[in-house]
Amino acid sequence: MHATGTEAVGVSASASEAVDRAAAGDAGGAILPAIRWSLVRDLRIALRSRAELGVQLLFYVIVVTLFPLATTPERNLLLTMGPGVLWVAALLASLLSLPRLFAGDYADGTLEQIALSPHPLPALVAGKILAHWLTTGLPVVVLAPLLGLQYGMPGDALLVLTVALLLGTPILSLLGAIGAALTLGLRAGGSLLALLVLPLYIPVLIFGAGSVDMWRAGLAVAGNFSLLGAGLLLAIVGAPFAAASAVRIAMD
Amino acid sequence: MLEAQDLAARRGYSQLFTGLSFRVAAGEALVITGANGTGKTTLLRMLAGLSAPTEGIIRWEGRPVAPFDAGLRHALAFAGHSPSLKDELTAEENLTLLVELAGEPVERGAIHAALDAVALGRKRALPARVLSQGQRRRIGLARLRLLRRRLWILDEPVTALDAAGTSLLARLVAEHLDGGGVAVAATHAPLGLPEERVRALALA
Repeated sequence: MHATGTEAVGVSASASEAVDRAAAGDAGGAILPAIRWSLVRDLRIALRSRAELGVQLLFYVIVVTLFPLATTPERNLLLTMGPGVLWVAALLASLLSLPRLFAGDYADGTLEQIALSPHPLPALVAGKILAHWLTTGLPVVVLAPLLGLQYGMPGDALLVLTVALLLGTPILSLLGAIGAALTLGLRAGGSLLALLVLPLYIPVLIFGAGSVDMWRAGLAVAGNFSLLGAGLLLAIVGAPFAAASAVRIAMD
Repeated sequence: MLEAQDLAARRGYSQLFTGLSFRVAAGEALVITGANGTGKTTLLRMLAGLSAPTEGIIRWEGRPVAPFDAGLRHALAFAGHSPSLKDELTAEENLTLLVELAGEPVERGAIHAALDAVALGRKRALPARVLSQGQRRRIGLARLRLLRRRLWILDEPVTALDAAGTSLLARLVAEHLDGGGVAVAATHAPLGLPEERVRALALA
C-alpha cells in the first residue's frame, strides 16, 4: 500500500513530500477544489432532503403573510412596514436554518474528517456557507418580490428590496456560520445561537430595510447598497476563517 | 515515527492520565486497552491532532506536532467513533467524498473495487441510511484501503463488525504495517496481529 524501499529513504521522502504538499495547501493551491468539494456535497445533500428546505421557505412565506392579516389592510401602513417585515422574516428564516449548517456533520462525525482534511479548512467552510446561502438565502431573495406584492409595493420598490436582500442575505449566512460553529455541541445551542447572531444581524437589517424607505423618501439608495456591499466583502474575507477556527475549537 | 512524551489529559476536574510516554516505529501497531472512561478516545483524538494535550509533546517523524498540523493531516487516516457517513448519500457517494476530502485522487474503478472487497459491491447504490451498522463500518474499511496514509488512528474499529469483517480489518491492518505504516487502535477485542508487531498500552 505504501511506497517501499529502505525504511530511512521511505520516511524522509514521505516527510518532505508531506511538507511540500502542506506548503502548497497553505499557500492556497487547493482552495478552489476544497470550496467545490463542500459546495457540491452540501447541495447534493440538500436536494436529497428537499422537504426540510421547503419547510423553511414555507415558514418565511407564512410569517410574511401573517402581518397583513394580524394588523390592518390599510395600504399606506402596509407599504411602510412591508420591507421591514420581509427583512425580519428573512432573518428568522436564516436563523432557523443555521443549526443545520454544521450540526449534522458534527453529529455523524463528518466534521472531524473535514477538520482533519489536508484541504484548507476555511475553504471547506466557505463552500458549506455558499451552499447554505444557495439553498436558504437565494430562495428568500427570489420569493421577496412576490411577497412584496402583498404589501402593495410598487415595482421599483420591489427591485430595491430584492437588490438589498441579494446583498444582505449572504452576510446573514456568513455571520451566522460563525455563531453556528461556536455553539456546536452545546446543550442550548439553538437559542444561544439566536442570542449570539441576532445582534450581529442588526446593521444588515438597518441598511437593508432602510434602503426601501430611502427610496420612498426620494433619496439615493446607492449609499445603502455600497454599505451592504462593503459589509458583504468584509464578511466573505473574514467569516470563513472565523468559522473555521470555531470548528477547530468545537473538536476539543 | 509516532512518539508521545509525558502526555497528560484532564477532562473537567478529573485527571484521565499523566506521564504517558511511548514510541511506535514504522510497521508497528499500538493497541490501547482500558475500561470505559479511562481516556482511550481522548488519547486517540490528541494523537490525531483534534485536541491539544493538557501536558506533553506528540512527535510525528521526529517533529513536534500541534493540533491540526498540516504535515500530520497529510499522513493521517482517522476513523472515529462514528463512521462519518451522510445518510442521504449512497455508499458509493459517501466513499468517493471521503476519499476526495482526504485529497487523494478518485477513480471510479478503484472505488467499486474497494466496495467489492468489503462485500458491499451490490449495495453501493443504496443510501447509507438503509445500511446496517456493520455495513456502515465496512465503508470505513474500504476508505482505509483506498487512502494511502502512513498513520492510521482507529477508535474501536471492531465495533459492529461480524467475524468476516473483523478478519478483513485484521488483514488490512497487517498489510498496512507490512508497508511500513503505523497504526494506533483503541479496542476491547484483539485484532489478531502478530505479537512482535504490537505494542500494548493499558490505560487505568
